[in-house]
Amino acid sequence: MISVITGVLLITAAVVNLIAAIGILRFPDLYTRMHAASKAGTLGAGLMLVTIAIHSGEIEIASRALAGAAFFLLTAPISAHLLARAAYVAGIEPWEGTKVDHLKGHYTDKQGHLSSDDEKS
Amino acid sequence: MSNLFLINVLMAVAWCAVLGSFTLMNLLFGFAVSSGALWLTREQYRTSKYFHRFWLVLGLVLLFLKELVLSVVRVAWLVIRPSRSLNPSFVSFPLTVTKAHEITLLANLITLTPGTLSVDVSDDNKTLYIHCIDVDDVDALRRDIAEGFERKIMEALR
Repeated sequence: MISVITGVLLITAAVVNLIAAIGILRFPDLYTRMHAASKAGTLGAGLMLVTIAIHSGEIEIASRALAGAAFFLLTAPISAHLLARAAYVAGIEPWEGTKVDHLKGHYTDKQGHLSSDDEKS
Repeated sequence: MSNLFLINVLMAVAWCAVLGSFTLMNLLFGFAVSSGALWLTREQYRTSKYFHRFWLVLGLVLLFLKELVLSVVRVAWLVIRPSRSLNPSFVSFPLTVTKAHEITLLANLITLTPGTLSVDVSDDNKTLYIHCIDVDDVDALRRDIAEGFERKIMEALR
């Protein structure tokens, strides 16, 4: 029974990670690619760690695997935020299909100081 | 409120010390026993708010896990569907939460939920800028966040 559950979880995790990889190739610019990398990547890696925890059946291994999954959930959004922010401050243009850009003109200098919405308009 | 959580953890550690074995199961069981003890004294020491908050935090965690799975399904569909029409946008979101840890939590939750990724917070902590991968109605998106995660965070952490 446990091997069936771990098998299903592992295949799901692998498919999710595959979709994340395809998304990084298919999406048009850095900002949309970060969506694929941050969400699907986190869930895929997290599912694999949970699978390890279930499969091992030992507290020492399970606690470490679950701690790893928790840190994935904590750190993936931060790296996504930093990459997207750094790209925008460095002047990487969003894809031409971008509809609304409320961020435009709010970075006041190259150090990345950001003004609030009501300050400007 | 965080004091009660600390007391709860310390009582769990004391439970392990008395038993003489620090395994994860003993620690968890000690935590359960000590929260039971705190629950018994809820009349005398007014700990019922702590337990109320415990359920609110648990609800936030479950909401987050649900949204994470939904977000992966949605991104997966955007990835594998044949057409490539996307409507990405940078959207500004006026923040109601004010404290740094609440903004951090909200930004992290937004990143891991359907189609949204927090890019930056303005220097005066009033506006959060979000990148959305596929959005039709900006106002509906703002309303979803304000009435979903932001309200839940304020309920659970205040």
